[in-house]
This record gives sequence, C-alpha cells and structure tokens, in this order.
Amino acid sequence: MRGGRVVKGVRFREHVVVGDIIELATRYRDEGADELVFYDIAASPEGRSVDRAWVRRVAAVLDIPFCVAGGIRSVADAEEVLAAGAEKVSVNSPALADPALVDRLAARFGSQCVVVGIDSETTPAGWRVHALTGDPGRAHDAGRATLEWMREVQQRGAGEIVLNCMASDGVRRGYDLAQLAAARAVCTVPLVASGGAGTVEHFAAVFTDAGADAALAASVFHSGAIAIPALKAALARAGIEVRR
Amino acid sequence: MIVIVDYEAGNIASVLNMIRKAGGDAIVSGRADDIKRASKLILPGVGSFDHGITHLQAKSLPSVMRERVVAGVPLLGICLGMQLLALRSEEGVQPGLGLIRANFKRFGRPDLRVPHMGWNTLNVTRKHPLLDNIGEEDRYYFAHSYYALCEDPADVLATTDYGGPFVSAYAQANVVGVQFHPEKSHRFGLRLMKRFLEM
Repeated sequence: MRGGRVVKGVRFREHVVVGDIIELATRYRDEGADELVFYDIAASPEGRSVDRAWVRRVAAVLDIPFCVAGGIRSVADAEEVLAAGAEKVSVNSPALADPALVDRLAARFGSQCVVVGIDSETTPAGWRVHALTGDPGRAHDAGRATLEWMREVQQRGAGEIVLNCMASDGVRRGYDLAQLAAARAVCTVPLVASGGAGTVEHFAAVFTDAGADAALAASVFHSGAIAIPALKAALARAGIEVRR
Repeated sequence: MIVIVDYEAGNIASVLNMIRKAGGDAIVSGRADDIKRASKLILPGVGSFDHGITHLQAKSLPSVMRERVVAGVPLLGICLGMQLLALRSEEGVQPGLGLIRANFKRFGRPDLRVPHMGWNTLNVTRKHPLLDNIGEEDRYYFAHSYYALCEDPADVLATTDYGGPFVSAYAQANVVGVQFHPEKSHRFGLRLMKRFLEM
C-alpha cells in the first residue's frame, strides 16, 4: 500500500500501482486466498503508523483473515488496527528499533495476533536483517543475523514469522528454499515464505522442500500470471493440503 | 436485540460486519444496561485471558451476563470469548466466567507449531442448531495457542484435528463457544452466523 493504492516493486524498488485496495481484496477473497497481508510500506520510513481509514474499509468487505503492517510502534497503535477489523498485526522495522515491543504486543493480544516480518538480504556475511525497506534511500542493515533475530522474536512472543527473502523478491525465480529451510529449523511458530514466487512449482517446492506453513505472493497474483483457483488445484494434486 | 459485548478486546468490527452480512443487526456495547435488554449475546475476543476477564470485571459485566444466561438468552463466545466462558486457562491466573465446565491448556506437543493458525475442518460430535449440516471439507479460520478440556464430555459439540483431536466447539444449554472465527471464515462462517440469528 502507498497513498491508498496497492503497489508492487521489484526487490523493494520501483514500485508501481497495481490497483484499488477494495477491488483487489475482494477479488482475491473470491478467488480463494486464505489470508491477505497489507503492508503500508511508506509508514515506517515516513515516521507514521498505518492509516486506520483503509483498514476499516477493508474490514467492511473482507470476511477472511487479514494482517496489517506499517509503522505499528505501540500497543495503542495495534489496538486501533485490530479494533478496525484486522486479525493480526505485523511488525518489522519498529520491532528492530524496540525489540520489547514484541513482548508487549504478545502480552496484550496473545501471540496469535503478533506477526514479525523479517526482510532478509543475502550478503557475503550471510543472511542479514534489513530495516526501513519500504524506502530504497533509507533501507539499511539492521545489525542482526536473520536466524538469530528469528530466535529472539519467538522468545519474545511472536506467533508467526513472515520471512521475506529480499534477493528473490519480485523476480519470480522461486522462493529462497535454502534460507527458508534454515529458518524452518529454528522456527517453532508458523513460518510464512515470501519473495520469489513465479510458477506453480515454486509454490509446491516451498511446502515440500522448505517446510513452510504458508506461502505469500504478490507479483504473480497482481499480474494475473497465476490464478489462485488453478494454483490450489495444482497444489492439491501434488498432495499438499489446501482449502478448497 | 443482539449485543456484541465490547470489553476492549479487538475484532468487534468484523463480528458486526458478519452479522449484518447474515441479515441481522447488532449493537456493540460494554454497558450493563444494554446487556440486560439483549435477546442474544456475542462475546468476541482477541487477546490474553487475564486481560479479557479483567476488562469484563472492570465493566461489571460477568454478573449481568450470568443473569442473562440463566434467563435463557443465547450466548456465543468466539475464540478468546469461548475461552472466557470456561473455568480457567493455563494462560492466566484469573478464573473465567465458569459458564462451561472446561479448562484451557496450551498445545504442548514439541513437534507442533504453536499457535495453531489457519483453516481447519470440524468433526461434529453432537447435534446442535449452530453446527447443523456441516461438511467434512468445510474449513474455518483458527488462531489460538490454548484448547479446551471439558469436564463433561457431553458438552463437546465438535473437535478439530491438530496433532490429535481438540475441542473446537462446546455448549451447555444456551451457552455456546467456538474456538474458530466465524466472522473470518467466509461462506461457512456466514452460514454459522445465520444459524445463530435463527437460534
């Protein structure tokens, strides 16, 4: 989300508008999406919190779970977003700036409400967490190794982790299976794979080879390259349990 | 008049939206006066057990809710709302409303991902108007770390499999609790809400 529209970038840059929030949300719901995630990508870089007005608009039409991310820095921010109708909140940059935020959110809302998003870059020094990735000019290494941060946020009460592998984001060459499998090994909460889906086979592999609990994708759905009903049918044929 | 009990525990807008979709209407209120006049009550909820029960108490709602239940008013507890109907939960130290003789335990198997999050099916074990005609493949949305152990097995309405069966719906007389979120369970959730309106 940016400026009230849905946008998508490639490797977190050059975002283009792909459509209207409500139109896309209802379309994906009708096609069988199990859950939607909304990232207000400019919120943290702009030092503000996610706009409640569109959360309420989305909640008014969506009867499937959705998660909201974007500059949620306090229990009060999360309270408003949840009261507006979101099922979960996801924190990323704010948790890096204030790791105890995860503890406070889990104590107040329960772990099942608290998702930690991790933007992980592949570097010569290994997988590293990046912050403020919604703004290419300000994105930076947050000073943490990805798997270590993943362990820490679980101890603090995160109930779900969305691991977005930045090197594969938006380029549709497949999820980063090696990184996701390594993440799976240190993850006792549900792990959502993000970044790189391009074909039906990519989705199947992230479940069978990397052990992810869910797969998140944007580009292939926004562009129409993969339709959700066909994807689910193919996954079911591959023996993966899906909601039909 | 349906009253969605507002005790600052999130998720209320979605419950109201789903009731309206199902063709009903409701008011959202945390006032004892409104609850006294309710013909049906919904106790929604997202959050931790003690936070929920403390907020109900702060608004002096447990006693008025119990009065309404004794008077025969249907009460539906959803997720945390279901848990608050019980005696106790491992998650907190405060007692629950005690309307259903059950205690909540944390999922403990080390190989199980906790919380249990996602869409799962119901195995209906006892006939109940709310869960009439549910298909084996119908899926409902779950997001929870604790599950019910009923003192009286006759209270169990449905179980769900997550590393073994757990109680996903229970009822005692006019009090019903569901562990999943009908308000987030698309067409099957809508059907359940319609049934609740007809109850």
